[in-house]
Amino acid sequence: MSVADQKPQPKRPSSFWSYANPVKFLAFSERMLPTLWVLAAVCLAVGLIWGFFFTPDDFRQGSTVKIIYLHVPSALMAINAWFMMLVTSLVWIIRRHHVSALAAKAAAPVGVVMTLIALVTGAIWGQPMWGTWWAWDPRLTSFLILFLFYLGYIALWEAIEDPDTAADLTSVLCLVGSVFAVLSRYAVNFWNQGLHQGASLSLDKEENVADVFYFPLLVAIAGFVLLFVALVLYRTGTEIRIRRARALLAREARS
Amino acid sequence: MIPDLGKYADAVLSSYAASLVLLAILVLMTLRRGRKARRELAAIEKKGKQDG
Amino acid sequence: MKALLGRDLALALRAGGGFGLGLAFFLIVTVLVPFGVGPQSELLSRIAPGILWLGALLACLLSLDRMLALDWEDGTLDLLATSPLPLEAALSIKALAHWITTGLPLVLAAPVLGVLLNLPTPGFIWLVVSLALGTPALSVIGAFGAALTVGVKRGGLLMSLLVLPLYVPTLIFGAEVARRGAVGMEVQTPLLMLAGITLGVIAVMPFASAAALRVNLR
Repeated sequence: MSVADQKPQPKRPSSFWSYANPVKFLAFSERMLPTLWVLAAVCLAVGLIWGFFFTPDDFRQGSTVKIIYLHVPSALMAINAWFMMLVTSLVWIIRRHHVSALAAKAAAPVGVVMTLIALVTGAIWGQPMWGTWWAWDPRLTSFLILFLFYLGYIALWEAIEDPDTAADLTSVLCLVGSVFAVLSRYAVNFWNQGLHQGASLSLDKEENVADVFYFPLLVAIAGFVLLFVALVLYRTGTEIRIRRARALLAREARS
Repeated sequence: MIPDLGKYADAVLSSYAASLVLLAILVLMTLRRGRKARRELAAIEKKGKQDG
Repeated sequence: MKALLGRDLALALRAGGGFGLGLAFFLIVTVLVPFGVGPQSELLSRIAPGILWLGALLACLLSLDRMLALDWEDGTLDLLATSPLPLEAALSIKALAHWITTGLPLVLAAPVLGVLLNLPTPGFIWLVVSLALGTPALSVIGAFGAALTVGVKRGGLLMSLLVLPLYVPTLIFGAEVARRGAVGMEVQTPLLMLAGITLGVIAVMPFASAAALRVNLR
């Protein structure tokens, strides 16, 4: 350990920002992760098994309503993942905490997979209803655009060599992308309003989902949220370690 | 055991299969990359201690 | 600022500056469409507004890397960054030059190509109006994409991946204006949205583009 690591830190009240310190962050996530993984697995298992085996069919949609336990949570996480990336990008821009930038980088692949699950389950759900494997339903289309935004964000991280430059550029992209994602949502709704009026998949939380579907859905959502948190914490830890390894190698090369 | 899914059996089962496969791939790749990073960092830090 | 504009325009217009390539691409794409979808004039006239919008958009996209790449390579961008002119203004001028040399010719060529695709008569004016309002946004958004990827070797494909999703709102509303105009429907809403997006983008994006460029020039 270098001298810098051993210098005593001045005592200061522990705040949320203390986790911006990579060492503290790693310690925190090591403590939390086992519980998180277990809780996530339990909630997912309970929610999905409950929903799949122990709920009735829907009057209109038959057994396809069971897809709701995958489609709704993944769609929610797809959006929340991007939102989290937006917040951590802002924190990077304003306070330049590396942990924050790495957290955004870590969240993106999770968001991509969530978006993909939302798209696939949405398309499969729609097939019996609409008769086609893909319909340009406004919601599905918006998720397709979100998918493209995720791909661009990840591609930019991969394309830039210097990690700080990559963090800066991707956070600007995330900001701009967020504005255009919202804009696109409105544009797409406008673009398709004439075609699928009233036939779009009912998956809003605002719609009155009956209690018998609602509770397993809540558990499934909890499972997805916990899984997201666990994955992002774990992946951020990986990024921190990779960064530290690079720094150590660079120091070696110089000395 | 599997409830009567009626004519939508294909749709429901393939959604579950696809989603679980995607999640499994994500988790496995995450864990693999994480373990690799830990190993490499440990190796570099160990080497550093030995040299320094 | 005028000097920068004059310089960029001159650079684009001289031999080897790439002027006309965007136009040629627009023409080629338009000619290829009937080979792809069949020559039935009824089908063509239905899809003409969308195809022309797409062709113009892609032609804009392909000429974007010229906006910054050359100046990046010979160090002019570093000079611009340290000049008294704010980088935001410099980038806006560059986007303007791009529009004048790429977007504007596309707007003027579109009606001619509309004839090739059997664009219905009322559609011509709305095609031109929508392109005229939309292509400036394409240049300004393109400048952002160029600024992000200016340091990436062979970053053209990456830039396209980043820029095309940003083009979606402009494309949707612009093509909607052209489509509705072609069938004689009312175009107010998409027209206002299109204009709003273009104005908003012109006002705000240069700040993001300049921020990205500063990062790359570090």
